[in-house]
Amino acid sequence: MASLSFSSSVSSSTPFLRPSAFLLKPRSISRVPLVRAKIREIFMPALSSTMTEGKIVSWIKSEGDVLSKGESVVVVESDKADMDVETFYDGILAAIVVNEGETAPVGSPIGLLAETEDEIAEAKAKAAAQSSSAAPTASAPKVEEPGPVTANVEAPAPAVAAAPATPGKVVATPYAKKLAKQHKVDINKLAGTGPFGRITSEDVEKAAGITPAPKANVVVPSAPATPAPSPPKAATSFPEIPGSKVVPFTTMQAAVSKNMLESLSVPTFRVGYPIATDALDALYEKVKPKGVTMTALLAKAAAMALVQHPVVNATCKDGKSFTYNSSVNIAVAVAINDGLITPVLQDADKVEIHELNIGSLSLSKKWKELVEKARAKQLQPQEYNSGTFTLSNLGMFGVDRFDAILPPGQGAIMAVGASKPSVIADKEGFFSVKNQMLVNVTADHRIIYGADLAAFLQTFSKIIENPESLTM
Amino acid sequence: MQASVSSLPTPHRPHSIIRSNSNPSFRSCGLRKEAFGFQSLSQFLNRESRWIRIFPTNPRSRRQFVFSASASASAADNGSQLPTSFDYDLVIIGAGVGGHGAALHAVEKGLKTAIVEGDVMGGTCVNRGCVPSKALLAVSGRMRELQNEHHLKALGLQVAAAGYDRQAVADHANNLASKIRGNLTNSLKALGVDILTGFGTIVGPQKVKYGKVGLSDNVITAKDIIIATGSVPFVPKGIEVDGKTVITSDHALKLEIVPDWIAIVGSGYIGLEFSDVYTALGSEVTFIEAMDQLMPGFDPEIGKLAQRVLINPRKIDYHTGVFATKITPAKDGKPVIIELIDAKTKEPKDTLEVDAALIATGRAPFTKGLGLDNINVETQRGFVPVDERMRVIDAGGNPVPHLYCIGDANGKLMLAHAASAQGISVVEQLTGKDNVLNHLSIPAACFTHPEISMVGLTEPQAREKAEKEGFEISIAKTSFKANTKALAENEGEGLAKLIYRPDNGEILGVHIFGMHAADLIHEASNAIALGTRVQDIKFAVHAHPTLSEVLDELYKSAKVNSDITKPVSEPVSV
Repeated sequence: MASLSFSSSVSSSTPFLRPSAFLLKPRSISRVPLVRAKIREIFMPALSSTMTEGKIVSWIKSEGDVLSKGESVVVVESDKADMDVETFYDGILAAIVVNEGETAPVGSPIGLLAETEDEIAEAKAKAAAQSSSAAPTASAPKVEEPGPVTANVEAPAPAVAAAPATPGKVVATPYAKKLAKQHKVDINKLAGTGPFGRITSEDVEKAAGITPAPKANVVVPSAPATPAPSPPKAATSFPEIPGSKVVPFTTMQAAVSKNMLESLSVPTFRVGYPIATDALDALYEKVKPKGVTMTALLAKAAAMALVQHPVVNATCKDGKSFTYNSSVNIAVAVAINDGLITPVLQDADKVEIHELNIGSLSLSKKWKELVEKARAKQLQPQEYNSGTFTLSNLGMFGVDRFDAILPPGQGAIMAVGASKPSVIADKEGFFSVKNQMLVNVTADHRIIYGADLAAFLQTFSKIIENPESLTM
Repeated sequence: MQASVSSLPTPHRPHSIIRSNSNPSFRSCGLRKEAFGFQSLSQFLNRESRWIRIFPTNPRSRRQFVFSASASASAADNGSQLPTSFDYDLVIIGAGVGGHGAALHAVEKGLKTAIVEGDVMGGTCVNRGCVPSKALLAVSGRMRELQNEHHLKALGLQVAAAGYDRQAVADHANNLASKIRGNLTNSLKALGVDILTGFGTIVGPQKVKYGKVGLSDNVITAKDIIIATGSVPFVPKGIEVDGKTVITSDHALKLEIVPDWIAIVGSGYIGLEFSDVYTALGSEVTFIEAMDQLMPGFDPEIGKLAQRVLINPRKIDYHTGVFATKITPAKDGKPVIIELIDAKTKEPKDTLEVDAALIATGRAPFTKGLGLDNINVETQRGFVPVDERMRVIDAGGNPVPHLYCIGDANGKLMLAHAASAQGISVVEQLTGKDNVLNHLSIPAACFTHPEISMVGLTEPQAREKAEKEGFEISIAKTSFKANTKALAENEGEGLAKLIYRPDNGEILGVHIFGMHAADLIHEASNAIALGTRVQDIKFAVHAHPTLSEVLDELYKSAKVNSDITKPVSEPVSV
């Protein structure tokens, strides 16, 4: 194999370039020049001319280890080979910035070397500040002196059988020792709960507050005839993260949770559609002074399209038939009171968008009323559960597209994204900038097929692009 | 040359590293001994150690060669009159892989052949060695894959938690052994080899007695006799094997328990393979190694990489430079207790408490009761002394006519396929063609995940040889990371290493660590056996994309100063 040229790593701010690159072979030793400073940075070396980033295979040294010049500190994997990287300086490995298995670009710091013990804290702070992968390190809970555990150690051994056969000896399994080193748990302070009082990996995990790794499953040999294990149920036990707080669901949240789980039994699919909104936006500006909201306009447009495509307004109740709804009731998702509710605009296809006749309630006014009622928790059941189609609009938050979950009892739900200026090419190949929004409909495929949704969306987009009909 | 036995945790072996410098062709590579399955110690004992006596002391030894004083006396009388006509052309004592290979070749050469077996057909390899262990390793390899969520995810696979049924795994190993044993027996019968049941004893020149205890013995005559009685696990003094919590490979292969925590004494082939099996099945492992580093028999660079992949990320820790002087099985509500002393200072070092201990310190020859003293042959620490043509050497240093010994019983290279090769070499000589086996061309493999394989010299051995004989050596290396097939499998961890002479292109050694390394080594071992030089083999074409391109790249990266191609090199004996 051709030797790999090792262009020396960069030192802190000024590149530390050597006139002639070291030549070295894979797995041979390379040296990382370190900056002359109290705290020196160990950089990701360039192990080949094509290497742009390297992966830390393993740290040979641990944080706190005293290093002497020439010692191998870390094994780095490049695009071609693995190499030991050794230090040019004596010192203490104060902090590991890039952990095993993580990747860092060539020249970026992967660890910090302190000259004396006094600088370790400083180096650690520095490491925390610059560590791109600080999250796992920082979130690893520092193991405080766990009071109850210490007490256990002092307490007399509970049972003779659970004590190590050699009195006074701390017995820990290989994996427990590895985990303890990794999570910086002092194994001598733990009380073993394993056989013969030994400290097991579970004991260390508990002390470190981490999720136990799954063990190899031993299938009970008495049941070899049923090789297929039951599918994993919803995890019943999660690790306890210290300091977390449990807040029970409100009734509304519980209802949402229940509906969401129920939705999993329906086979859904999604179809998206881009729609130009310049005409709609112009109309909106025009009717806004009359109290018309965008929600009302969209609900009206959807309702008008649904009239032409009744199957999208239908419901599959028993998995064997279509239930065609006689009215078009548009439910609109509203985030409210730390929950989610869908007030329903009944007969949205028939109600005018704004008042033409004195005395009739417009869609816009109806909507305003419903939202007020919802806030006051005064919605009547038929005002939130009679929907035949749901509209969910996150466009006002700048969301450009999203995916809605189909509520039980309905055939389809439309997710509306933000209207944004977009470059659009027309049939002749001319570019223009037009406002465009993406809508995405989720539907129950037992009754609504792809072509149904496509035709519905085509109608819907025609209505939006020629919105005059909305106000007629 | 590095003698390299894994660990022999006994105070009776004060200096565990022994070098044999006297004869450069006298190769002792400890790990090879184990590759076949299970050993490591005995070869080294045979060659180097002067002060240790090894007998198959294990009282549970399955094979007992019967030898009665009266029989030997009469044999001695008979011995003075050499038979003139024989029952058989060739009688082989021991129906392991060595005996089987010799018998097959003998039939091919037209010899009337019989094979004597006192235990089960197939010997250690088939029944208590490489065959059932491969079944367990096949299981552990799959378990490893199924448990490696990260790896599966990278391939786009989703698998629910993998589990296993211990008894079913054990049955798989046992069924495989039965099947291979059946195949082996049938192949002999089909060829017309007589299978004689009973323990064989040599009662005089060209005379073998066989029979079971308590039954009448049969005496047959043969023009030539091959001893192929194999070996048994070696258990150092102070270790009490109960077969339940303190076990040898014989017990471990039955997989009667999967302990939570098992100590493995010896980090050679047997120990490594079992650590692969046990950790895949959920055990934690502690290695106890007499040498200062793990895997002492391997090329150091390969060993270092192997440790990083096979030991460090797994639930394994280790104690090196220590002997286990006393191991007490679990009893009276206490765990297995292992007492360790420092290998150099002999000071007590530590006491371990574990659920089980596997003794993988090597194998001892099984040659007791063979009646060798009837023909004035003295075993050396149990091994039958032979020359490079496998001719048995008597106490006077002269070859015994018509008597050969192959396989673990002679301790040259304790590998199943080495025994078979030696047997074939002997048959070649019997049929008029002189033959000396080149032991340096015999590959060895360790079936961990990934695998390790090698042929020829390690780098330190090659350097020592080069210095002594005054030539240069060069090293070439390629990584599995650059191989398309390995990357497709997401198994880029691996290294192939070639040790060669830049002046003439001779291949001195090849070492591979990586996916399917055991299957890849044969291109290199064949090249060594046939004397193919690097400058020639590099023109051979390899299919793309295959793992074999790792070797292709290896040959191509070697820099040979000469274009001279040489004829097949002279055989090298051990």
